[in-house]
Amino acid sequence: MSLVHALNSALDVMMERDPDVLIFGEDVGFFGGVFRVTDGLQEKHGRHRCFDTPLSEGGIIATGIGMAAEGLRPVAEIQFADYILPAYDQLVSEAARLRYRSNNDFQAPITVRAPYGGGIFGGQTHSQSPEAIFAHVTGLKTVIPSNPYDAKGLLISAIECDDPVIFLEPKRLYNGPFDGHYDKPLEPWSEQYGSDVPAGYYSVPLGKAQIIRSGSEATVLAYGTMVHVAQAGIKESGVDAELIDLRSIVPLDISTVEESVKKTGRCLILHEASKFAGFGAELSALITERCFYHLLAPTQRVAGWDIPYPHAFEWDYFPSPARVVTALQSLAAH
Amino acid sequence: MHVPEPKTRPGDSPDFSEIELLKFAPVAKPEISEPSENLRQLPFHLVRTLTDDDVAEGDWIPGLSASVYRKALEYMTITRVFDEKLLRIQRQGKTSFFLTSRGEEALGVVPSLALRDGDMCFPTYRQVGWLIARDYPLLKLVNQIFNNREDPLAGKQLPVLYSAKEFGFYSLSGNVGTRFGHSVGWAMAKAYRGKPDIAIGFIGDGSTAEGAFHEALTFASVYNAPVILGVTNNQWAISTFSGIASSEHTTIAAKGIAYGIPGIRVDGNDVLAVFSVLDWAAERARAGFGATLIEFFTYRAGAHSSSDDPKRYRPAEEPTSWPLGDPIDRLKNYLIKAGEWSADQHEKMTKAIHSSVSESIKEAEAIGVLGKSKPPVASMFDGVFSEPDWRNVEQLKELGI
Repeated sequence: MSLVHALNSALDVMMERDPDVLIFGEDVGFFGGVFRVTDGLQEKHGRHRCFDTPLSEGGIIATGIGMAAEGLRPVAEIQFADYILPAYDQLVSEAARLRYRSNNDFQAPITVRAPYGGGIFGGQTHSQSPEAIFAHVTGLKTVIPSNPYDAKGLLISAIECDDPVIFLEPKRLYNGPFDGHYDKPLEPWSEQYGSDVPAGYYSVPLGKAQIIRSGSEATVLAYGTMVHVAQAGIKESGVDAELIDLRSIVPLDISTVEESVKKTGRCLILHEASKFAGFGAELSALITERCFYHLLAPTQRVAGWDIPYPHAFEWDYFPSPARVVTALQSLAAH
Repeated sequence: MHVPEPKTRPGDSPDFSEIELLKFAPVAKPEISEPSENLRQLPFHLVRTLTDDDVAEGDWIPGLSASVYRKALEYMTITRVFDEKLLRIQRQGKTSFFLTSRGEEALGVVPSLALRDGDMCFPTYRQVGWLIARDYPLLKLVNQIFNNREDPLAGKQLPVLYSAKEFGFYSLSGNVGTRFGHSVGWAMAKAYRGKPDIAIGFIGDGSTAEGAFHEALTFASVYNAPVILGVTNNQWAISTFSGIASSEHTTIAAKGIAYGIPGIRVDGNDVLAVFSVLDWAAERARAGFGATLIEFFTYRAGAHSSSDDPKRYRPAEEPTSWPLGDPIDRLKNYLIKAGEWSADQHEKMTKAIHSSVSESIKEAEAIGVLGKSKPPVASMFDGVFSEPDWRNVEQLKELGI
């Protein structure tokens, strides 16, 4: 099952199980979404449960928070994570703060799905990775799957979660894995790790990282598309690295990270988002605080350059397996 | 370039000549089923029932019993006395911040009485009257204002930013306008469930310039949400006069026209008219005719908050010169003239209110004023998420508790 189908299945399963689950966003109804994630849901579950909204991200999230406060389980789609900023006020000032400021009187269990990340020649406005601006906000959870199995299980957990969840979908992985080798033909999800997706209900807990590959010489922390880039880079580097797919950055599975880095003594952090003040900075700081006396080398980051996402330079910007190789070999040399 | 400027500033005499002109046009009351395209003149009038001679006239007399009005009078008076006393408490340094509903008491109290249990109000911070009119304990309000150990919000929120779900009162925030769209979402949820409950959202005149206002109107219109969208136009947003919120060119109620939502402007200091317009809008919402935009035309007779001095930006006499009077005085005078109330009764009631409010304050002071009593420090880590995050667990330890 592809990642798109896995997400569609998660939504379908949850709509079957819980009449309080409503899905809405731009083009998600009759058309089924620009990436087909909501395909067929309106036809199956009805117009009242899966419907189009005005092109108004602030309005979508405000309406969703009101529904969630009333007791529904809204799942709102923001068509591209690049367009989530008009809703930032609602997410930060309202969704994230409602429970705390009202001392648990009201909650906002809304799930906000948004395709994010590059690798599709989407240019500046269809490629960005805004996870750090959500991770910084107390009260929001931020989840990023890297394969179909996790995508379905994590989305189900997000919908069931009593807190607001930002669910970022690596759009480059929707229809097949991608390890950064852009010149190779697209592989389908079938036969790939994580593509065996049960048809029915199951969940993957939020805040539990997954060790994709165990290793002894270095720890690689990644999420989303970069998990696949990391796999390619590790293979090509010849370094016996342990790869951890964080799966959610808030809550962060700090104990798995800590245990691994203490074991390997070296850490490489990957993300597509710009490096400066990215989520990698937080990871690096946490590792310094917790694992300093186990470190054999300075923690490294391979991330997007500190520039807006440049269309013609997609593959010059996108963190490549070659950069992972260089970083791992330099780490291992320590 | 044109930059709007109020007609008068400190040192000038107040000039409300344009508002004087509004007072005398009777407004016909439409059927609730009347299509919005036939109601496009409505937002340029001002719905009133109480005349300057303290009698009720016209189509919009709500026909409620005098006992309802006496209740409204009592709750508005409690609100005013509460505000006056708590503002003094703030001045004495017993809390950090306060703001009053002075002059706008009808806009908290009347919606609270006009709407039903099961309906939800998304208030502004000048509508404590909603809670008072539903007999929310004054002691709990004061405990919140003191952030003491009995504070229902456990010290997490600025004074007066209450939350009381059981009383139909949505969580307040200092961000203006951000909950307007929540009222639409809440109403849509009720419609989805097929329930008769409705929502009422409020926003201030200044905040109608926020995107959130227009987004809420868009969604309310598109999904025909059973919601009342209220604007408390009290003429001032801190020091920004309503001309900066576009009142030079149109009325706020008229902003409903472009969305196909009926807009009504009502004299917000006329309790009977406020009841009547709310009943009309609530009936429309419950009957499936969708949203109504109501501009409650009023005047902020007090400062914005305990942190500003209005004499620095408007004439000192403005608050006492508002042509549409004071909501408490007007209702009192109407009831007295109708033989349903007396000056003597009013005096007795006011006296009783003074002592009961003072008693609540004393009780709260005994628990502790701001800084003298507070919930356990550890509780500040509760409620960030549904379950504690390891960060907060570790930070609690770091704090040494």
